[in-house]
Amino acid sequence: MNFSQGVPISWYLLLSATLFSLGVLGFLIKRNLITVFMSIELMLNAVNLSFVTFAHQWHAVKGQIFVFFVMMVAAAEAAVGLAIIIAVFRARATLAVDRIDLMKL
Amino acid sequence: MHLILFLIFAGFCLGGAINLLLQTHPINSALSLIVVMTSLAVLYLLLGAEFLAAAQVIVYAGAIMVLFTFVVMLLNAGREERTLGSHVARSIGFPAVVAILAVLATVILHLQGLGSVQMSDGITTTDDLSRVLFHELLLPFEVTSILILIAILGAVALARHGHGDTPNGREGTAGK
Repeated sequence: MNFSQGVPISWYLLLSATLFSLGVLGFLIKRNLITVFMSIELMLNAVNLSFVTFAHQWHAVKGQIFVFFVMMVAAAEAAVGLAIIIAVFRARATLAVDRIDLMKL
Repeated sequence: MHLILFLIFAGFCLGGAINLLLQTHPINSALSLIVVMTSLAVLYLLLGAEFLAAAQVIVYAGAIMVLFTFVVMLLNAGREERTLGSHVARSIGFPAVVAILAVLATVILHLQGLGSVQMSDGITTTDDLSRVLFHELLLPFEVTSILILIAILGAVALARHGHGDTPNGREGTAGK
């Protein structure tokens, strides 16, 4: 590998895979509802990085447009998810995922 | 130059993600997530996606994370108490994470024909992007706007003060 040629594509993909795994790990070890939700956002961002990398590799504009759609859906998801978190907090007065284990009160 | 920028901001990304896992207070996790998202915007710029870099800063680091920090402050979220979680998460989850990372890394390192990213590669301009978006993909774009509208209505309906029998309803109405 000649490093004066730039950064290999695989490094970007490895970074994306590592960020995704850290997101899954955060989803498993975090015990706060909001932080668990943040881990999901981290996973979405990791996948977006993969999309942009492959769009660069294959000179495909549609890969970048897909990332744009993912961002819009993520914004909608964050709005609804945080509204659900507020509703759950109002019903349970806690954010610890261990105590939110029933669908109904 | 490209290598140096990549190493710096990939380091920021990984450091922010690890810090997100280590912090016990949600507001610290939110701030490290902002660091991750802003560094990702720089990486997008290195990959030639100028519009996405701007959108990443505005939508993710701006709008979504403001929403997160707002909810953290609204609900007055304190330190989380660490518990070990369920047996399933411990016995299946953590090996599965390691397995996912190992499989992905093996596949990526064995991929053939991947090039490299250079400073001189040129960028995808907003012009190119919008030409494809508004000519070929106009219908998905409009459908997404309807999705956003429904999501806003759903968020308002969910967060509105409900039946009046809840302990912390007052704070919720003041915020929304």
